[in-house]
Amino acid sequence: MDRQNRRGRSVVLLTVALAVLFALIGAMSVAAAGAGEAQSYPSRAVNYVIPFDAGGQSDITAQYQREALERVLGVDVVIRHQPGAGGALAWAALARGRADGYTFAGNNIPHIIIQPLVRENAGYQTEDLRPVYMFQTTPIGLAVAANSPFDTLEELIEHARANPGRVTVSGSGTHSGHHLAILQLQYLSDTEFTYIPATGAAPSVTNFLGGHTQAILANSDDLVQHQDAMKILAIGTAERFHALPEVPTFIEQGYDFTAGIDRGVTVAKDTPEEIVRALEAAFDAVSRDRALVAEMEALGFEMHQTGADEFAAYIERKQREITTVLAELGEL
Amino acid sequence: MPAVLQAVLTVLHPLNLLLISIGVTAGIGVGALPGLTATMAIALLVPFTFGMNVVHALVLLGGIYCGAIYGGSYAAILINTPGTPAAIATTFDGFALARKGHAYRAIVVATIASAIGGLVGVFFLLFLSPPLARASLRFGPPEFFWLTVFGLTIIATISPKSTVKGLIGGAVGLLIGTIGIAPIEGNVRFAFGTVALQNGITLIPALIGLFCLPEILDMIGSRYHRETAIPYRSQRHMLRRVWRLMARKPWLLLRSSVIGTVIGIVPGAGANIAGMVSYNEAVRVSKTPEKFGHGAIDGITASEAANNAGVAGSLVPLLTLGIPGAPPAAVLLGALLLKGMRPGAELFTVHAAVTYTFMFSLVIANIVLLPLGLMLGRAASKVVSGLPITLLAPLVFFLSVIGSFSIQNNVADVYVMLALGVVGYIGRRAGFQPGPIVLGLILGAMCEQGLVQSILMGRAAGTPLAIFFTRPISLVLIALTVVSAAWPMLARMRQRHTPAVAAAHTHPIVEEKRDA
Repeated sequence: MDRQNRRGRSVVLLTVALAVLFALIGAMSVAAAGAGEAQSYPSRAVNYVIPFDAGGQSDITAQYQREALERVLGVDVVIRHQPGAGGALAWAALARGRADGYTFAGNNIPHIIIQPLVRENAGYQTEDLRPVYMFQTTPIGLAVAANSPFDTLEELIEHARANPGRVTVSGSGTHSGHHLAILQLQYLSDTEFTYIPATGAAPSVTNFLGGHTQAILANSDDLVQHQDAMKILAIGTAERFHALPEVPTFIEQGYDFTAGIDRGVTVAKDTPEEIVRALEAAFDAVSRDRALVAEMEALGFEMHQTGADEFAAYIERKQREITTVLAELGEL
Repeated sequence: MPAVLQAVLTVLHPLNLLLISIGVTAGIGVGALPGLTATMAIALLVPFTFGMNVVHALVLLGGIYCGAIYGGSYAAILINTPGTPAAIATTFDGFALARKGHAYRAIVVATIASAIGGLVGVFFLLFLSPPLARASLRFGPPEFFWLTVFGLTIIATISPKSTVKGLIGGAVGLLIGTIGIAPIEGNVRFAFGTVALQNGITLIPALIGLFCLPEILDMIGSRYHRETAIPYRSQRHMLRRVWRLMARKPWLLLRSSVIGTVIGIVPGAGANIAGMVSYNEAVRVSKTPEKFGHGAIDGITASEAANNAGVAGSLVPLLTLGIPGAPPAAVLLGALLLKGMRPGAELFTVHAAVTYTFMFSLVIANIVLLPLGLMLGRAASKVVSGLPITLLAPLVFFLSVIGSFSIQNNVADVYVMLALGVVGYIGRRAGFQPGPIVLGLILGAMCEQGLVQSILMGRAAGTPLAIFFTRPISLVLIALTVVSAAWPMLARMRQRHTPAVAAAHTHPIVEEKRDA
């Protein structure tokens, strides 16, 4: 009887505790949903969706921005990760979701452009999303191991031209920025490399550092981090890159293309104009925070302050460029 | 050396001890809930550590990592569902023990094994990081491919009743793993034009669906025979008794810990398969392999020692090379970068004091895991065995839905979990265990990745197939694969000489359910 009672009591206690917990969660979401819309954006917490895994470049950037963003917006910023399908899952959800500016997502170029191009149904079109602000680029560089016989891009290209398909190049995946870069380099230099895609930037670096590929296309922050283990032959910027000033650009060496991953944020297409502008202003303030810019530049990121209109024009230009390149290379 | 000494003193600061304990406790809580993984626990906590100083942040996150991998054993033992993928092998014997009323005993075994495994792993991390990290880089796509093939031979061990059904289950798992965008080539397979399936079947929802839903349905089905899901018997001096049993087999503990560390070090393999490989080896070496699956404490020891050793193992390439050995380590890498610490040589020179403090904090984390685990474990086993099925079943179902959703904030994952739950339930009635299916799913994508990359590498070298058979580590793995695959046949031949043992060779879980 006593035992029964005690068990009964613990069950009741647990039930009450759970009920309180769910009530709290429920109250929070009701409060969130019921709050006023456009008049005083933002009046409640905003969701910052990262379309990639935690620990990657987009995540690190968002973690850096969060505090400053909360200060500027005056509300909580909740970082959520919704990885999958090269970012397409998160962008499809954003395009279908409520266009109220309370959910915005990282906008990575070229991913956001390539996904709908190469797949029949990526769940969204690039035009379904409204670019808000671009704050950063990681230029893509080409490197070989520190003990490699090749010292310059020209030597590597000559070797590749003499031995078609023999030079292996590691990169982050198929239909990624790295893939696009190798396609462009092959096209412009009339060579054939064997591109070995990995399942992300980190495993690609692992493959290269282990000597399993001869060369690598890597993001600038990875290049900066591992620069002692490699010779960086070229970088995909228009001018020399601040963090690696001794590395020549592809353009300098006669291959007229730039390569990089651009990062910004985007909202659903029908988001009210004043909300887009409010968000743009917030990210502009954050992106002009000197301490934050200095810290991120030290990690090998190139920082920008590109507003919504300029960003939209940039995406349109990139979209034309990528479509042309992919079509010419028979990838579409 | 002063950096090391300073690190020891820093770790022993009361505030750091407190933070480690909080981390371990929170980690256990998250790990114990199916669907909430170590990766997620660390990712959720990183924003909170933003304002902390770097030492406090790291010791807290390290504690969470250790606690979460250990906490996965609770759900494995109490509701036959691995709380994190690392605890899959713990379900085999842990739940069998719980069914017999020895849930707490199983948890005590898991706790001791986890603490010792964790300490062995940290030993390697502290003293052998640089050479081990360099060795881990030798693991390229061909080695990865053979490692996964070796992993597939485990199917025979974890389906003792019917190897054929185990193999069918494994094949189903491999096929499920092909759904979605191909890991290397990027083409879409079996998505039927839907967006949801393009992402493939994610491991966690599959794990919950295949393990947890059938268990819930079984619970409900047996409600007329019993009031609670598992009985609970208390025993005095549990810790001492269990320790005496475990201390008899020091080699089992050591071997499992070393296997866990090594697999943890290999980038991309991680704790998920460390536990299963270690379990496989334990069965193979054991003089009484027929006891596994029926509640052998050796099985729990093997799985838990290995997965917690893998925690420190995954930090070896992270701290020395900046390469994360496992998904939780990738999030830790982000946290390190946020603190302005770039992994690699700098971590052992410029930031040596912080780095050593972090490593020593893992020693403390594995030590405090023992009392904390025993306390929380007793409470958890009492609560679960005290809850009537009418409350436990809906509660676990609720957690299953939340867990499946939260892993990627994706509703489609909930539907996947429900669909596979039905598959798992029907399969279980027909004698198919979830273990081989999940193993196939875990290894399938990794195997394909190694295979395709190796073929590309081989083609570039002009010898497409030689690459698989000419590298030393590959040859070792091939030899291990052959031995492991042939072992059940050899064992059966041995058993023919001792028919009494063969007669006892039945699978426990299904049998006992029918009795109940």
